[in-house]
Amino acid sequence: MRIVVDLNRCLGYAQCAFLAPTVFKLHGEEALMYDPNPDDAMRLRVLRAAAACPVQAIKVEGPDGKGEGATS
Amino acid sequence: MNASTKAKIADLVESFKTTGRIVIVGASLAGLRAAEALRKEGFRGHLTVIGDEPHEPYDRPPLSKQVLKGWVAADHTKLPRLETVDAEWRLGVAAVGLDRPNRLVRLASGEQVPFDRLLIATGTRARQWPNPKEAALDGVFTIRTSDDAARIQRALAARPERVLVIGAGFIGSEAASVCRELGLAVTVAERGPAPLVGALGGVIGAIAADMQRDHGVDLRTGVGVTSLDGDAKGRVRRAHFSDGNMVEADVVLVSLGSIRNTEWLEGSGLAAGFWGVGCDAGCRAFDINGVVTDSIFVVGDIARFPHVLYEYQFLTLEHWDNAVLGAEVAAHNMVSLEADRWPHLPLPAFWSGQFGVNIKSVGVCPFGKEIVFTQGSIKKRRFAAAYGHRGRIVAAVTFNHGKWLQYYAAQIERSAPFPPPPPGYDRPRKTKPIAAAFPDSRVPTSLPDVVLTGHDPTERGAEFRSSIG
Repeated sequence: MRIVVDLNRCLGYAQCAFLAPTVFKLHGEEALMYDPNPDDAMRLRVLRAAAACPVQAIKVEGPDGKGEGATS
Repeated sequence: MNASTKAKIADLVESFKTTGRIVIVGASLAGLRAAEALRKEGFRGHLTVIGDEPHEPYDRPPLSKQVLKGWVAADHTKLPRLETVDAEWRLGVAAVGLDRPNRLVRLASGEQVPFDRLLIATGTRARQWPNPKEAALDGVFTIRTSDDAARIQRALAARPERVLVIGAGFIGSEAASVCRELGLAVTVAERGPAPLVGALGGVIGAIAADMQRDHGVDLRTGVGVTSLDGDAKGRVRRAHFSDGNMVEADVVLVSLGSIRNTEWLEGSGLAAGFWGVGCDAGCRAFDINGVVTDSIFVVGDIARFPHVLYEYQFLTLEHWDNAVLGAEVAAHNMVSLEADRWPHLPLPAFWSGQFGVNIKSVGVCPFGKEIVFTQGSIKKRRFAAAYGHRGRIVAAVTFNHGKWLQYYAAQIERSAPFPPPPPGYDRPRKTKPIAAAFPDSRVPTSLPDVVLTGHDPTERGAEFRSSIG
């Protein structure tokens, strides 16, 4: 699956790093590193992470090739 | 306008949306997001996206970080599709010419692609090491494409004795950070007085220099690399510096900034050159006489447009959100009539992750003459600082203090007084503005004291778009 995080928007709340720790990691206190093309098995976790992001910085491509979940 | 004229114009717009031909040259972030936005805007005609790389649109910021580190594979940064894009993708073939009278894009394959409206999004490429023989040595790399990142990642995974990074801008500094995380010895050679000095000035540069040295980087500033030596097998072995020193290195990362891909527009009559392609704030390209075109639009790293916040100076912004926000505006304006057009007035913003610190910025820092630390602690590398020009705040930077950036963004949008009142309790001891210490003065010397047309700082006359919240 494909995701992208708008790192201008990201403020390092790290909700995603708790919900999908193999996909999102904090580097230091605030810098987010993530896997832009994680395994499809991670979809539910990634969607939860996207929904939980306080600044809605995570964009996810759905199976239909459109934005999915909490994306806008 | 009478009703029948209105109806005719509406018919023309509808007919263009149904049967028109739009060509986007450039298949990276800006090209993809523009293609999506065109379909979202209701464009149902023929859409062609041309890209010189064979890959689907991918995201570049992860390349110098998680990809070099080896956590994410170089071909795993493909950008998500956020809208269904029905388009003809011509990937792996470069555009080599633009024939404006006949509205054709010429491809390297010899084919010609006709268009009614064209979007130029060809972006930048990495500046190569100037000596071609030395650049061709095994172990010498530039960092721009996913193929570059794949090669460098393999070279780093082979545990070189020492990596030399030439140029301490953001990309070079991020690469040096990854090398240290991997436990590799790394030398950084920077011609200027400090890392990041062009983007953030000498005051912040000095902090970045300390940060690099604290993490074990052998940082050499004020020196240029004069030549690279190879061995009999054509592998790079050492580099000579302008101060007479040399360093043994088996991997050399050349990060000397970027060059704008405008060569293919030579002879087209567009205002294209070293600084990019001139355009208005609605993304419409200028011709060489400064006359705005109706059918050619520009977006992303290559677009050079006037910005009301910065005294209408033409800016090119090699920033991620400039590509995303500009793509939406360009796409909208390509299928809209004059009265419905949007301006592309981003509040510039960028980020960089290095040495465990998240560096973020809003505004245009080099526009500032002075800097003031407003929050936090330099020692802890957790702080905010604002840049000022003629008593107004024009930019801000944070180190691990990004949650406060929106406060400064709001001040910048209003051209609020500098130094700004600190928003938080964590005020540093020194709160006096000092010279920001940018290396060159690119600000014109004779600014009129009375601005007859333009942005009145006391009045919010323009709507800025911010992607940071």
